[in-house]
Amino acid sequence: MTELATPTRAAADSLPTETRLDVAAPQTRELSGARLLIELLERQGVTCIAGVPGGANLPMYDALSHSPISHVLARHEQGAGFIAQGMARITGQAQVCFASSGPGATNLLTAVADAHLDSVPLIAITGQVPQAMIGTDAFQEIDTFGLMLPISKHNYLVRSAAELLEVIPAAFELALSGRPGPVSVDIPKDVQNEIISVTDLPAPGVRAPDPVVADEPVLAMIERIQAASKPVLMIGGGIVYAGATDALRRFAERLDIPAVQTFMGLGVLPSDHPLSLGMLGMHGAPYTNLVLEECDLLVGLGVRFDDRATGKVAAFCPNAQFIHVDIDNSEIGKVLQPVQSIVADVGSVLELANRMLEEQRNTKWRQRVDQLKNDHPLDLDGKDELFRPYGAIAAVAALVDDNANITTDVGQHQMWVAQAYPFVRPRQWISSGGLGTMGFGLPAAIGMALAAPDHKTICFSGDGSLMMNIQEFATAAEHNLDLKVIVLNNNHLGLVRQQQTLFYEKNLSAVKFEQRTDFPAAARAMGMKGIDLSDFENPQQALQQALNEPGPCLINIPISETEMVFPMVAPGGANKDMIVSEKPDAANPAGASK
Amino acid sequence: MSVANPAILKLTVRNHPGVMSHVCGLFARRAYNLEGIMVRPVRDNKQLSRMWLLVNEEERLQQLIRQTEKLVDVICVEPHAMEGSAFEATQEYFV
Ligand SMILES: Cc1ncc(C[n+]2csc(CCOP(=O)(O)OP(=O)(O)O)c2C)c(N)n1
Repeated sequence: MTELATPTRAAADSLPTETRLDVAAPQTRELSGARLLIELLERQGVTCIAGVPGGANLPMYDALSHSPISHVLARHEQGAGFIAQGMARITGQAQVCFASSGPGATNLLTAVADAHLDSVPLIAITGQVPQAMIGTDAFQEIDTFGLMLPISKHNYLVRSAAELLEVIPAAFELALSGRPGPVSVDIPKDVQNEIISVTDLPAPGVRAPDPVVADEPVLAMIERIQAASKPVLMIGGGIVYAGATDALRRFAERLDIPAVQTFMGLGVLPSDHPLSLGMLGMHGAPYTNLVLEECDLLVGLGVRFDDRATGKVAAFCPNAQFIHVDIDNSEIGKVLQPVQSIVADVGSVLELANRMLEEQRNTKWRQRVDQLKNDHPLDLDGKDELFRPYGAIAAVAALVDDNANITTDVGQHQMWVAQAYPFVRPRQWISSGGLGTMGFGLPAAIGMALAAPDHKTICFSGDGSLMMNIQEFATAAEHNLDLKVIVLNNNHLGLVRQQQTLFYEKNLSAVKFEQRTDFPAAARAMGMKGIDLSDFENPQQALQQALNEPGPCLINIPISETEMVFPMVAPGGANKDMIVSEKPDAANPAGASK
Repeated sequence: MSVANPAILKLTVRNHPGVMSHVCGLFARRAYNLEGIMVRPVRDNKQLSRMWLLVNEEERLQQLIRQTEKLVDVICVEPHAMEGSAFEATQEYFV
């Protein structure tokens, strides 16, 4: 990888002197746009691309077959997009997916939109019909530029092979710089086939330097924090992406401030860390949301105050002032008005702060927080029973070590895992937060396993979500990845059923699968192992064996459809109004106990 | 002009196919009220275009400017008075 990224000039220096003469007069080569594209990707350090070929990207695939870059043939372009996302989310590096024009590009859209909302550096490269045919409703012509525009950080339609020299490094730089995000590059077939003379290749695109942080605002922030009597940190995905976990832990510990984590920030503080208050918001623990009712200063670090975290904004932290530190200037003031904001890399801010701050203890506030923690804990109902949600999650967590990387699909199972899995490190937890895309889990797990082959990859899924990209079982089997898909199978669209139960007077509409799917059989049909824990006399042992045996395996765990994720804040409701049980009379806000 | 509290923004953007889509797309997506738009390449620099926007977003103007600045092809965004703007000079074309 590093070798690929080495500029050709460095290699030239080590050549014998006779040949060096040729190098002095730079060598000019005739290259097709497609060959040039692949070379530029090699120089970016790309080692693996997920994709699906078709008419409009045939030249790219022809060129790719001559490259050391490996290819993962997904069974659906959305799968390819999420495989690349899995690789990107695990490594923090920009990763590439390929699709053809028309339906190939439209199939990719969901994965690009998902990357946009979760700030994932994804480079989506699509074939397009030849430029002469653009605008004629040609076969498989679609306005990819127009479709990608609102769902990507930036997007290009490349108009000549020479433009690739600029666009490809720029795409990587953009995807990685500031707040990361997806970039779409649409390349017409004639551009892929165009032959140009290339002498020098541009330097690979890298993350642009972050703005320099001045001392004064950081000092001012520390002063505000030290003046507060009930401060809380709010930790988001920005900490993960900035690689600022160590700096954050030191900062929190030295200032002795408890910290809530957003869905995207899970793992930054180990869940058993004394300062960790777990996840806030819609499915946060009662004490977590109650601490925020009392806090007088909330310091948002790499967060965007998403509505699933804040609940009704007007009622969020009603007694607090806000400080907001984020790399994205447009996030400041978008949702709420901070008394102070710092637009910078959150890691640099924390490191600077750690050099300047004086250690302190918040004994009184910490005692109050501990009391709330004791009085309003997260109730992990059924945590000792294998065929109940928290029990299944606990059983898996007990059987794998902290090395395992965890992903999910979207639904109740996702929230149960977010609440209960004992995460200990950043990038251990990968899930579709902003877009909440069912079908994310399996292909993302494939990407995670490809990028981190020394880690076991666990995907918790639901029977609804798994069906949305189930074809990728074949991809997982083809690459023999150490990946386990655990279906918490309620044979329902559980989270929708839950909302209908709580908010639509139990009028269950279109949430039950009348035709059950035999998931272990489906897995086996596509070359994976597949087991159903309810078939075993000793299911615990079967689970252990399935988890320990390397290779891809589907593990079906039947659960009741009446299981619920609690607490739950009604969409649009205030975080203090947590529903903690199904019965309406018991549905009084946990915060009501004054 | 019929706009209640118009603000005028003077943008310098890359003269590049797609930049209009990016600006208009942003305004549509974030539901910003765009009342007028004028754009032409800059006279002495064909690499750049000048874009004039008339927006009706008193409350969210700061946020709108930050979002607009984030667009890759937007080089700078400056608030501008009606006086001396492209809109002042062209009022008679919009009757
Ligand atoms: C692509 C997509 N379609 C629809 C939804 C809406 N939705 C959210 S959760 C959910 C049910 C998920 O069911 P399942 O995967 O079985 O998980 P469970 O809630 O039962 O754990 C649905 C339909 C979504 N998030 N994504």
